Amino acid sequence: MAYAEKQAQSWKKGRSGFRMSVRMRNLVLALTSFTALIVIWMLITGTGAVRPLFLPGPPKVLATLYKTAMSGQLAADLWISLWRIMIAFAMSCVVAIPGGIMIGSYKTASALVQPVVDFIRYMPVVAFVPLSILWCGTGEWQKYVIIFVGTFFQQILMVQDCVKRVPKELVDVGRTLEMPEHQIMLRIVLPAAAPGIWDAMRTTLGWAWSWLVLAELVAANSGLGYRITVAQRYLQTDLIIGYVLLLGVLGLITDQLMRGAEKRMFAYLGAQ
Amino acid sequence: MIAYPKLKVEGVSKFYGDPSAPVVVVDHVDMRLADNEFVALVGASGCGKSTILSIVAGLQKEYQGVVLVDNKEVNGPGRDRGVVFQSYTLMPWLTALENVEFALRATGTPRKERKKLAMDYLALVGLDKFSERYPSQLSGGMKQRVAIARALSYHPKILLMDEPFGALDALTRRHMHELLTALWERHRMTVLFVTHDVEEAIFLSDRVLIMSNQPGRIKEEVVVDLPRPRTHDLLTTPVFTGLQQRVLTSIREESIKLAKLDGLA
Ligand SMILES: Nc1ncnc2c1ncn2[C@@H]1O[C@H](COP(=O)(O)OP(=O)(O)O)[C@@H](O)[C@H]1O
Ligand SMILES: [Mg+2]
Repeated sequence: MAYAEKQAQSWKKGRSGFRMSVRMRNLVLALTSFTALIVIWMLITGTGAVRPLFLPGPPKVLATLYKTAMSGQLAADLWISLWRIMIAFAMSCVVAIPGGIMIGSYKTASALVQPVVDFIRYMPVVAFVPLSILWCGTGEWQKYVIIFVGTFFQQILMVQDCVKRVPKELVDVGRTLEMPEHQIMLRIVLPAAAPGIWDAMRTTLGWAWSWLVLAELVAANSGLGYRITVAQRYLQTDLIIGYVLLLGVLGLITDQLMRGAEKRMFAYLGAQ
Repeated sequence: MIAYPKLKVEGVSKFYGDPSAPVVVVDHVDMRLADNEFVALVGASGCGKSTILSIVAGLQKEYQGVVLVDNKEVNGPGRDRGVVFQSYTLMPWLTALENVEFALRATGTPRKERKKLAMDYLALVGLDKFSERYPSQLSGGMKQRVAIARALSYHPKILLMDEPFGALDALTRRHMHELLTALWERHRMTVLFVTHDVEEAIFLSDRVLIMSNQPGRIKEEVVVDLPRPRTHDLLTTPVFTGLQQRVLTSIREESIKLAKLDGLA
């Protein structure tokens, strides 16, 4: 018994040790590719092969970013953009999650809603931009509308899919217990679909960043996207590149945060 | 003296597809289960066992015939019939204990009593030490034991089991058989147990119903007159192997018939 336990323990230790090293290895690999990217960038710009007006080097970009941050402009741009994406994304989730659960659970609801959603989903969001300006001007609601249109119609279908993939037998358990419909929804279908829904939210949040920038590029007087258009006007390529990189980093951070939360919230699923 | 069976299935048929060209899956099945009787329903895969069980459970809407529990017709699922499914049906986000409590809550057990009662039922299947584990941390056999505890916890009149051990390895399955038999011998109740495993069917039950294929009918009944309590020593006795041969032959006739239908023989 003691021997078996020891064996099990050493096996466990060995395994977690192995896992650590895999994580380390992946981190090193990721850092390597990023470093390579920067080195290539430095080589291209350092040799003077490309004019700095088109592609400034990393030091210049960093310096500009630093200057913009110090002047407080970066924080202001960042804040308004974050606010917009939060509001619009939250609005989309609030409608898409219950809506997706409804159309995932009831054939009638699905037959009613799905054709329309499918139709709108295939209309290019970009084409909505002029309409959105016509309807909402260049104010905050225009940003919300673009982000909403871009995410909602994808979200609702993804949520529907998660609900449809809930094993029928779990629902049958509720039925054999004579649980009322709304309880089956709330206490079986929703928690069973939750990990998938969360994942769908994470994916669509990534897309929402693109719609945000699109909305800010075409009609805004504040935000990260707006700053990029202004920089273009003044040929500040360094600022453009700095902000584009910043957007990438922001996307990466929100994605990692959501993944972290996912691991915590759905720890019960075990290592998979 | 009860004049009627605990569970009565009368002329139950089920077909799929177009009514003008129906594919009959279950054809006029009659069954009577006495109070506290353990009945196994065996047959080759696809003969309609699960269909019958789900009709009895009330999970199928469309079928012909009637199902009576205590001589009252049942329509739709109910707490008088507990079901253990073949696939794992524990709620993954709840611990073993919470899974049993889930059923107790749904069936109206007062909050204060739930935890203790749930713990008692986990102990009944020997899992009280694993009460805090999530399904992902339990083996297949443990998950099915929790599912059994959950189905028993709210005192259904009849327990319906659809190949509950079908996904388990042979060793674990034998362990489950002994556990279930011991459990049933202590706390008798009416059980309808569906399986394609002949050994399992005979070992557990008082009576084996053998199904034919295409359409699914009950073609034969074998009374299992083996003494209880039963342990696995029974498996090698001549009486047991004799019964086993009898049931197997009967099922084999069906597969030969099927092969002929398919033009294989
Ligand atoms: N939804 C369905 N539509 C058409 N045929 C079905 C459906 N569900 C089950 N069947 C058929 O009914 C037959 C009996 O199925 P089932 O009751 O699951 O058999 P068993 O449990 O004995 O293996 C099978 O041949 C299967 O193909
Ligand atoms: Mg089956």
